Amino acid sequence: MKETAGTTGLIFNEPLLWEKGKTGRTAFSLPRRDVEEQDVDEKLRGNGPHFPDLSEVDIVRHYIRLSQWNFSVDSGMYPLGSCTMKYNPKTNERQSALPGFARAHPLLPEPLSQGVLRLMFELEHYLTEITGMDATTLQPAAGAHGELTGMLLFYAYLKSKGTPRSKILVPDTAHGTNPASASLCGYRSIAVKSNEKGVLSQQAVDELMDEDTAGIMVTNPNTLGLFEENIKAVADVVHAKGGLVYCDGANMNAVMGIVNMGELGVDVLHLNLHKTFSSPHGGGGPGSGPVCVRKDLEPFLPVPRVIQKKGKYALSEDFPDSMGKVHAFYGNIGVMIRAYSYILSMGPDGLKKASQLAVLNAAYIKDNLKGTFHLPFDRPCMHECVFSDKRQLPYKVTTLDMVKRLMDYGFHPPTIYFPLVVPGAIMIEPTETESKEDIDLFIESMKAIAKEAEENPGLLHAAPQKTKRRRLDETAAARKPCLRG
Amino acid sequence: MRYLPHTPEDIAAMLKTVGIDSLEGLFAHIPEDCRRKEALNIPDHLTEWELNDHMDTLAGSMAVSPDYKVFMGAGSYEHHVPAAVSFLLGRSEFVTAYTPYQPEVSQGTLQAIYEYQTLTSRLLGMEVANASQYDGASSLAEAMLMAIRISRKKAVAVSRALHPLYRRVLETYFEPTDLEIRELPYLGDGTTDLSPLQDMEDLGGVAVQSPNFLGCMEDVERIKQVLQNKKALLVVCFSEPLAYGLYKNPGECGADIACGEGQSLGIPRTFGGPALGMFASKMKYVRNMPGRLVGQTVDLEGNRGHVLTLSTREQHIRREKATSNICTNHSLCALAAVMYMATLGGTGFKELARLNYDKSEYLKSALSDAGFKLPFSRPTFNEFVVEFPAGFKKTYQRLLKKKMIAGLPLGDFYPELNNHYLMCVTETITKADMDALVQEIKK
Repeated sequence: MKETAGTTGLIFNEPLLWEKGKTGRTAFSLPRRDVEEQDVDEKLRGNGPHFPDLSEVDIVRHYIRLSQWNFSVDSGMYPLGSCTMKYNPKTNERQSALPGFARAHPLLPEPLSQGVLRLMFELEHYLTEITGMDATTLQPAAGAHGELTGMLLFYAYLKSKGTPRSKILVPDTAHGTNPASASLCGYRSIAVKSNEKGVLSQQAVDELMDEDTAGIMVTNPNTLGLFEENIKAVADVVHAKGGLVYCDGANMNAVMGIVNMGELGVDVLHLNLHKTFSSPHGGGGPGSGPVCVRKDLEPFLPVPRVIQKKGKYALSEDFPDSMGKVHAFYGNIGVMIRAYSYILSMGPDGLKKASQLAVLNAAYIKDNLKGTFHLPFDRPCMHECVFSDKRQLPYKVTTLDMVKRLMDYGFHPPTIYFPLVVPGAIMIEPTETESKEDIDLFIESMKAIAKEAEENPGLLHAAPQKTKRRRLDETAAARKPCLRG
Repeated sequence: MRYLPHTPEDIAAMLKTVGIDSLEGLFAHIPEDCRRKEALNIPDHLTEWELNDHMDTLAGSMAVSPDYKVFMGAGSYEHHVPAAVSFLLGRSEFVTAYTPYQPEVSQGTLQAIYEYQTLTSRLLGMEVANASQYDGASSLAEAMLMAIRISRKKAVAVSRALHPLYRRVLETYFEPTDLEIRELPYLGDGTTDLSPLQDMEDLGGVAVQSPNFLGCMEDVERIKQVLQNKKALLVVCFSEPLAYGLYKNPGECGADIACGEGQSLGIPRTFGGPALGMFASKMKYVRNMPGRLVGQTVDLEGNRGHVLTLSTREQHIRREKATSNICTNHSLCALAAVMYMATLGGTGFKELARLNYDKSEYLKSALSDAGFKLPFSRPTFNEFVVEFPAGFKKTYQRLLKKKMIAGLPLGDFYPELNNHYLMCVTETITKADMDALVQEIKK
């Protein structure tokens, strides 16, 4: 086997911020005082926060050392299923940091904010085209926020037709955020079982769909990495009973330029700009979760909406049926700038090619590893594939043990124990930005680990060993929570 | 394409392994009538240099400092961000990592967020803070839902002096529920009228903002007294947390939940987002809290480390019974905020807060001396309301041409405050800028 990327080197220790510093130090150049001190109301006056005082060097070393304890896309392959950890282009960072964007106040008069309004208007248009829907809002700040917006749209639309209804169908393969978002809008989730092929059947939906059910929340491609091939028939069943079809577009990276979501019968769909459109995940946000809709739901989208009039862009509140607002201003503009920059850099051919290569990479991993790991659904996959630990369990080695060992080989673990329908799931999404060499090394590493599982399971139980910390005691953390210093 | 590493030979070899003869063939299993017929109708790709030109043009059309003097806050503040903070925040290891689900390879993010939770708790005077949320508005909505969960009541009261856009988001979140929002008017001095509270026994929560949207400091301690012996939780909201470098923080005034916007702490304004939803409460309510939490623990060799914890509250385990649907936080914004707080230190934070106050007071006096009315008498921090004579709209437009944005016209938010403007002065505005503004207005 080729040398793996995972190794050890000199890794620094670093205390907590308040274990460093001395009163009187500072890392801040206080702006010049050009006015006199004024009286302060003594009854309202406080003592100010108890923060440590540090020098600039203290601060810089602290965060450089901390950064070195992280695994990131820029350090190596991060095949986290359903999260689309693709490379985050550096030009996008340049664009979003331009002072004209970064320093812009959100309530600037419209004639003085044409650039960002135009960007939003065009990005809405591009996302509408890429999904094959009719209109888009950029306001939701994250994927789950987009789901909530989608459910609020369901509510507003159905209420306008008479009654908002009380139930919603959610497949057993859905992300946990789906039922949580629905329940915020008062919808009770009814689970729909996927069939023996790992997809929804028209019959299963037909049995549950009724006139008190608002509709269905599907993920397509689904979390098993499979295309929901019966989606049109499912949508027909839901529409026939007056319901709506929501699509969680978390996996849109598989189908750009390949599938037109509007034609599948989808009424509302959210995107994750931090997945499909390459903005970085930031250690858990900020993301952006635009929502695309079909024509008849457009009047209900959040306000303000960007409109174009005589070549000028403006923000309009004049949508009387709007569901309201989900963000104080217009959403995560900084993330939108990156996505816009990505779409313009890729063009129509580049986006389609990205989806094709994302699927090729996943299919290649699936075919190379299916002799080694149990593959519960041996069908053509989209951008990710799901294995399980069934073949390793007899050696008392679990999914968790194997992925912890993968860290020692220099890879971030895949998503594990999800989707829930596959016990011991290992969900691998390589994305299109990994090269054949890196994927080959990943495959070799996975095979080596499977061999270790048989020959030396203790090695896996003790993994990881090359990381900054060994396995952490999560039970103790939850039993006696220590949430601050 | 420079982000796609596959050579034609790589593609051919990989297709051979999977037994498919073309890239199109990878999608053959998708039913024919589900496949897209036409190519995407979006512009052809740009080179890196063409893109730079295009984006420079868009960004160049925006009115921003130092070219423009923007005397506008209203939930989005311009503060100096030290170079060290921007530099450190750009580290790939922070920027291009995901949520720290695998703690052994995420200790950097985890320790940084634990430190953020700690400094946020200290700043707000609260016992526990979460790992952050989207923005001030959604934090308020989540806080009111949390107050409802704890009190098991069906109504909340919210001050009319709380950010109008936050209140609209709250209304949107409450729309599909059977929960009621009651508005508390504001008084002539710019603070919330508490008298309606006397007769409201069925409230689950009462929310005020301090400093409020009109810039005024609320008498939060008095609100706490009014709520004594009532079930309602006291929710203190904010949009400018730098104020707590000068004034008492929500915890000192008895808040049960403190929530608001943290953009002011080292995060560029970027037309309103990404921002930082800050969220903190008393420890006894932690299991009802929305959002991620990082906790301290040890690894199997006994070394200190950090993990995501109390996740049984969350959607990936509790699904529809979760405390919230929030999946990720605004981690990178929280990191910016903790870096910024650490850079200032306790001493610097207080000094900077004082400077903002003094500068704002200077403009207040200058406008008052010039004969303009300051309608609200309560102490303010770095924002205040001024009433200009009818017809000031014309002057406002003239000032725009001089590249001065003379505050936020309040008429759109409060019809009763026509001709009133919300002015903001931070440390980025000089005395000379303020003098020039007053000179121009007087013309």
